[in-house]
Amino acid sequence: MTSEANALAVRGLTKCFDRPAVDGLDLVVRAGEFYALVGPNGAGKTTTLRMVAGLLRPDAGSVEIFGVDALRDPIAAKQMMAWVSDEPMIYDKLTPLEYLEFVAGLWGIDPATSGRSAQGLLVSLGLERHLHERCEGFSKGMRQKVALAGALVHDPRLIILDEPLTGLDAVSARHVKGLLAERVRQGGTVIMTTHILEVAERMADRIGVIAAGRLLAEGTLTELRQQNGHTDTSLEELFIALVDVEDAA
Amino acid sequence: MTRAATLSWFARHELRLAWREWLGMITAGRRRRTRAAIIGLLVFGAVMHLPAWAVVGRYADITLPLDKSELIVVSATIALSWALMLSQAIESVTRVFYARADLDLIMSSPVRLAEIFSVRIAAIALSVTCMALLLATPFIDVLMLEGGLRWLAGFAVVAAVGLSAAALAIAITILLFRLIGPARTRLVAQILAAVIGAGFVILLQIAAIISYGTLSRFAVLNSDAAAALAPDPDSPVWWPARAVLGDGQALLLLLSISLTLLGVVMAIFSPRFADTAISAAAQGVSSRAGVRVKAFRGGSRQQALRRKELVLLRRDPWLISQTLMQLLYLVPPALLLWRSYSDSSTAIVLITPVIVMAAGQLAGGLAWLTISGEDAPELVATAPLPPARVVRAKIEVVLLVICIIFTPLLAALAWIAPWQAAVTACGVLIATIASTSIQLWFRVQARRSQFRRRQTSSRLATFAEAFSSIGWAATAALVLAIPAAALVCGLMTLALLAATWKLSPRRD
Repeated sequence: MTSEANALAVRGLTKCFDRPAVDGLDLVVRAGEFYALVGPNGAGKTTTLRMVAGLLRPDAGSVEIFGVDALRDPIAAKQMMAWVSDEPMIYDKLTPLEYLEFVAGLWGIDPATSGRSAQGLLVSLGLERHLHERCEGFSKGMRQKVALAGALVHDPRLIILDEPLTGLDAVSARHVKGLLAERVRQGGTVIMTTHILEVAERMADRIGVIAAGRLLAEGTLTELRQQNGHTDTSLEELFIALVDVEDAA
Repeated sequence: MTRAATLSWFARHELRLAWREWLGMITAGRRRRTRAAIIGLLVFGAVMHLPAWAVVGRYADITLPLDKSELIVVSATIALSWALMLSQAIESVTRVFYARADLDLIMSSPVRLAEIFSVRIAAIALSVTCMALLLATPFIDVLMLEGGLRWLAGFAVVAAVGLSAAALAIAITILLFRLIGPARTRLVAQILAAVIGAGFVILLQIAAIISYGTLSRFAVLNSDAAAALAPDPDSPVWWPARAVLGDGQALLLLLSISLTLLGVVMAIFSPRFADTAISAAAQGVSSRAGVRVKAFRGGSRQQALRRKELVLLRRDPWLISQTLMQLLYLVPPALLLWRSYSDSSTAIVLITPVIVMAAGQLAGGLAWLTISGEDAPELVATAPLPPARVVRAKIEVVLLVICIIFTPLLAALAWIAPWQAAVTACGVLIATIASTSIQLWFRVQARRSQFRRRQTSSRLATFAEAFSSIGWAATAALVLAIPAAALVCGLMTLALLAATWKLSPRRD
């Protein structure tokens, strides 16, 4: 398989704070895949994705985005991806449209194209009545939607999301899930961390289970079941079994 | 718990919050620094006795009865303190309305809200008064040491002035809410605070310039014209002045009036405090349906960054009020410039340091907001452009804003005194670059809303920025007056900048 066929290829990724947060991690996500990274608190999920997004410099290892070395050529790598954190960071004094105009400008997108897609995105996320309001009065869910629209407005090939459904109500969560599923159908790649195992089970093509900075298991739900000798268990039970084994070790 | 016990418990809670807010401000939120910060404050307070002695030492021997001219000077000083306290109180009240996160908890609890909010109003008044007493202490100490214990009355006058200022501030803010709504009140209150704080001194300076062609406000206060317009010495207008000098009756009346004013404000506004606070919390959700969608603008990535920064600066209420205050301080020199044009006065030289100093200070604030005050740091960090270009775009915004603000003044100066205008323009540019560099060396990741407390993140940067602005202002003035001394002053300021750079945190 060529490196272009992989949206993300991580080799020996390592990051230590006062203890190893990510410990020689190898991870490959194929282009056009919906990949969910699950793990207990402090497993190293967010640290891994922050290194992939260029927000943290790894102590060792390599990161490739569609074949581009993200550590050597971060600008080319960043051009192809978008990052959405669990705590939406947007500008209180800008309206959603102004925010999206700024993001499109940062990624150098043609204004006519980005203008059309920005409005469409905000409408599809249920924000049509708030296009011209400043974000300062928005709820966390609305802010999360604006941040997500910002991540999608430059049409990235790879979208990385850290707990995107935290704090969203059922309707908003459905909007977000629908939008992400649509992106994958259109050929985009999504990598997402989540604590909601049901979401990973229902939406992800492949699931990676991470603990203590290492990948414990990876595959489709069926593959994970087979690897662990179960035939009809939920992801939750598999997850607990895997993490318990790691804890015991 | 009885009602009285509830109130006393809530009063203790409010005082604890106020104390911790203040402590957090002076220690930058690092509890280990508490002892060092308090020692530093005590040393600062002790050192402040020297300038206090220079300012008020010569007045320590004055006794009642005073002549009109003396009454005017003492009363004007008290009026200035009152204006500054009113400005501080308006800011405190606005902060309580918009920033306290405990309103839901308080309002969902089974307590009588009017009483609880009476305590909160009293706590605001108390914190404003305490701050005023703290600042006034070196001055009153000097007066007591030089003129005797009768000056102890000064503390009571400061308290009375503080209580009345807080009462008026609460009334003004709540009335603004009723009149113009919560969204506009925040901005208007901050502008009002800036205007009131600076306005009194500026008005006196304007009067002095128009009447006597000097920046000295004492020229007006000591003038025969002011004495002729002033009321008789037994008028109630002089009660505060007489109270400061130990007139017990005047002091008692002043304290009674202030306490009554605060009581009336508490009685009238406590029941409405909750509604006002809720309105403040709910602001920003108004819909602007029907607004036409504007087409996105093109341009480079840096242009997108510059546009964003300019929009955010334009919409920042703190920056607007601070800039307005800086511009207000430029009104007297501008007026002096205009007067000098007609009579070619030599006082025009004074304009140069004022403009350079204002530019340095304003650039420091702007640079903090654009470089450190980034609300979406991860978005900018994950964007496909090098960090150096991000910083460059932000610095360009600082230079652009300074240019927009100071060019008209420099152009007017160039019309009258081209050489002085050239020196001033160089001073503005150097002071701006110096302040921006300091903010760049000491940049931190912060939210724009933390602008008010930017000083706490690095005291060194704050002092360096202030001394750099003063240094470049002095250098520019000396270039015009004593060029050889300007060289020494400029080199000293450069050395200060070099030392600041050496002490700044290292970055990869």
